[in-house]
Amino acid sequence: MHELGITQSIVAIAERAAREQGATRVNSVTVEIGELSGVLADAVAFCFTACSQGTLLEGTRLQIETIPGRGRCGACGAESAIDTYTFACPACGGFSLERLQGEELRVRELEVD
Amino acid sequence: MCTDCGCAAPDHHHHQHHQHEAEHGSRTVRIEENLLAQNDRLAGQNRARFEACGLFVLNLVSSPGSGKTSLLERTLTDLRSRLSFAVLEGDQQTANDAERIAVTGVPVKQINTGAGCHLDAHQVGHGVDGFDLPATDVLMIENVGNLVCPASFDLGEDHKVAVLSVTEGEDKPLKYPQMFRAADLLLINKIDLLPYLRFDLEKCKTFARRVNPKIRILELSCHSGAGMEGWYDWLQDGVARKNP
Repeated sequence: MHELGITQSIVAIAERAAREQGATRVNSVTVEIGELSGVLADAVAFCFTACSQGTLLEGTRLQIETIPGRGRCGACGAESAIDTYTFACPACGGFSLERLQGEELRVRELEVD
Repeated sequence: MCTDCGCAAPDHHHHQHHQHEAEHGSRTVRIEENLLAQNDRLAGQNRARFEACGLFVLNLVSSPGSGKTSLLERTLTDLRSRLSFAVLEGDQQTANDAERIAVTGVPVKQINTGAGCHLDAHQVGHGVDGFDLPATDVLMIENVGNLVCPASFDLGEDHKVAVLSVTEGEDKPLKYPQMFRAADLLLINKIDLLPYLRFDLEKCKTFARRVNPKIRILELSCHSGAGMEGWYDWLQDGVARKNP
């Protein structure tokens, strides 16, 4: 359950940014979570209500955008969709996949009043 | 002393709040901030501090019961005449592990994470404050026994070292790939028990390399002492590279 700490970071980053903007209300916060990041979007959504209580983000809509995993094979160069449990290149079967995308964990933007 | 780490010390002033006049209507604010940015920043500070002392730092990760503490006890006892050590012990509760390490005479600090499932860079930065780092060759950080969460948190170490004991099953690298991908060295422990188990050592190594083609693998038993020399050579090479 490191999602609890991750969600506390979302609230801290968003609240700081909102205050820097002089915002009185945060309508929504958009977060990018990569499929290979090891963080479960559902668990973050579950923690968000509790973590945002008593902050500027209480009642804020949390939008989670999932970034799909992509990899490139070091042997044959093929690019393919991968998940955490993809170890072999779907094209040639080699085990030297480099991760191109899917490890993101970012607060992308806020919509504030 | 907490310098720039975001903890609740009252003398903090590193968050600059620029108050702008509130505008009317909704607006979108781009942030693009990494959720682990705070941890990664503190890990970078730890790394710079360790680097300045020529300290070789290992983050030991495994499931509970793989023998991390026993491995440390034996290693410290065997090598303490050649190298100077300090140990950080991470557990949810109890100071049991720190008490075991203290018997070896090596400086040790216990960090209890409470509900937390991993050590983070902030805890480590404060945890080493009591050590004489310039006089230390190797800092061993024994993470909370957990094959999931510690993979995501950089502590400022040189290497994550995964410990996997042969009583756990050879498919652990496939089941917990994030952790075995993050580790540079895999120690397969308790090999003295192999005659009593149906653990397929070759399969385990194949699975580990499938998840992480670059991983180094050493087989040992900190109980019988088999294979320990290979681990000690790796450790001493690491220290030598830090202090050319």
